[in-house]
Amino acid sequence: MDVLIDNLPALLRGFRETVELSAIAALVALVLGTLLAAIRVSPVPTLRWAGTFYVNTIRNTPLTLVYAFMAFAVPRLDFQVGPFRAAVLALGLYTAAFICEAIRSGVNAVPVGQAEAARALGLTFTGTLRHVVLAQAFRSVIPPLGSIFIALVKNSAIAEFFAVPEATKVFDDLVRDNPDALYWLFAGVALGYVILVLLISAVFRFLETRLVVLR
Amino acid sequence: MTVRGDRYGAAMTDAAASTGTTRGAPGTGPLVVMSGVNKHFGPLHVLQDVSTTVDRGEVIVLIGPSGSGKSTLCRTINRLEPIDSGTITIDGQPQPQEGKALANLRADVGMVFQSFNLFAHKTILQNVTLGPIKVRGKSKGEAEQRAMQLLERVGIANQAGKLPAQLSGGQQQRAAIARSLAMDPKLMLFDEPTSALDPEMINEVLDVMTSLARDGMTMVVVTHEMGFARRAADRVVFMSDGKLVEQATPEEFFTAPKSDRAKDFLSKILTH
Repeated sequence: MDVLIDNLPALLRGFRETVELSAIAALVALVLGTLLAAIRVSPVPTLRWAGTFYVNTIRNTPLTLVYAFMAFAVPRLDFQVGPFRAAVLALGLYTAAFICEAIRSGVNAVPVGQAEAARALGLTFTGTLRHVVLAQAFRSVIPPLGSIFIALVKNSAIAEFFAVPEATKVFDDLVRDNPDALYWLFAGVALGYVILVLLISAVFRFLETRLVVLR
Repeated sequence: MTVRGDRYGAAMTDAAASTGTTRGAPGTGPLVVMSGVNKHFGPLHVLQDVSTTVDRGEVIVLIGPSGSGKSTLCRTINRLEPIDSGTITIDGQPQPQEGKALANLRADVGMVFQSFNLFAHKTILQNVTLGPIKVRGKSKGEAEQRAMQLLERVGIANQAGKLPAQLSGGQQQRAAIARSLAMDPKLMLFDEPTSALDPEMINEVLDVMTSLARDGMTMVVVTHEMGFARRAADRVVFMSDGKLVEQATPEEFFTAPKSDRAKDFLSKILTH
């Protein structure tokens, strides 16, 4: 127990890094995932093909490989990213593929008549998507989006292998220095993740009740 | 030019003045000209060489058995259904294929659907102001003021803050009509606007449509409401198997239909 109290500042610093990494990656994933979903439902075949290619490639690749690509391959292209930004990119680009598919399922659940009515008013394809179709799709995919963001927080732990001082890295270092306190450290770090995830769940439950679409 | 309300007449004169005077200039001639229009759904030839015109201020009622192509015909006018061949001209302009030009055309053509299609995530007021704000570029205040006038006109101003799902079918359809009117359309299309309504709500919608017709709105109405056709239509167009079989004034059509197909149809619907 003492080991947790003594090392609380280090653990909190680790979780702060986890939260920052996850939050920025989530933002990247949300923006990119929405764009991908938009091009996957667009009437332009080349765009649809590109979106499908991205999703099939990234979603079917282990996340560790994506991290490794960002950490080792990208710097070789004279593109200096640094550990934190490499982790943000890896996690964001990876999660975007899942967000795209969740939003696309939401788009497909919006009745065709909604888009027809928007087009009949004179809205363009992007206007229809933005003001009517995506606006409703988002509301219907809030539960799966919540699951994806929870997975993202836990996936951020892989960043420890790429020199990002997030919670799991802090945990690993503490275990090395205090091998006797292994179980306490496990319990402490696990509790930290559980609290983080419960907070996310609570936010999404709130969004769900606020943004429900009555039909 | 047929009789039209002042509001629409003024808009038309502006449009005519600002463009060229060659053949097909906006503001002159028929509002809609369809010529040799063909449309297939797979092997089904749903519109067969359809040609007709809609004059300014004219109210046309399309009737016919189900599957005759009347809804499809209505939906081709704002290109919600693309056509395979033929031409459709609206206010002198050939119908654009896609993109911004097509969006502009649709902004000028109101459409009311059988299933209302109000935006489920927006309040009634937001439904009515979306087009004016995002398409016409009006300010929020201006759009809301006009929206409230229109909601007042269709009798549901007190429902402005509610979501569509909280309204009855008749109220929803009247909101949908207000949403179309907010774009100041040159023409309104009604695709079976009362077919999804409970019987006691049909009249409240038909009353709004009748008053629109009296105000000089150009309307193309697909409906099974023969009472409305008699009361408000300038011309009844009877369709069967993708063809325009008969066109006549309501009086002529209902008392002395010429084609056997129309006689057969009328005998079935007027005796039940």
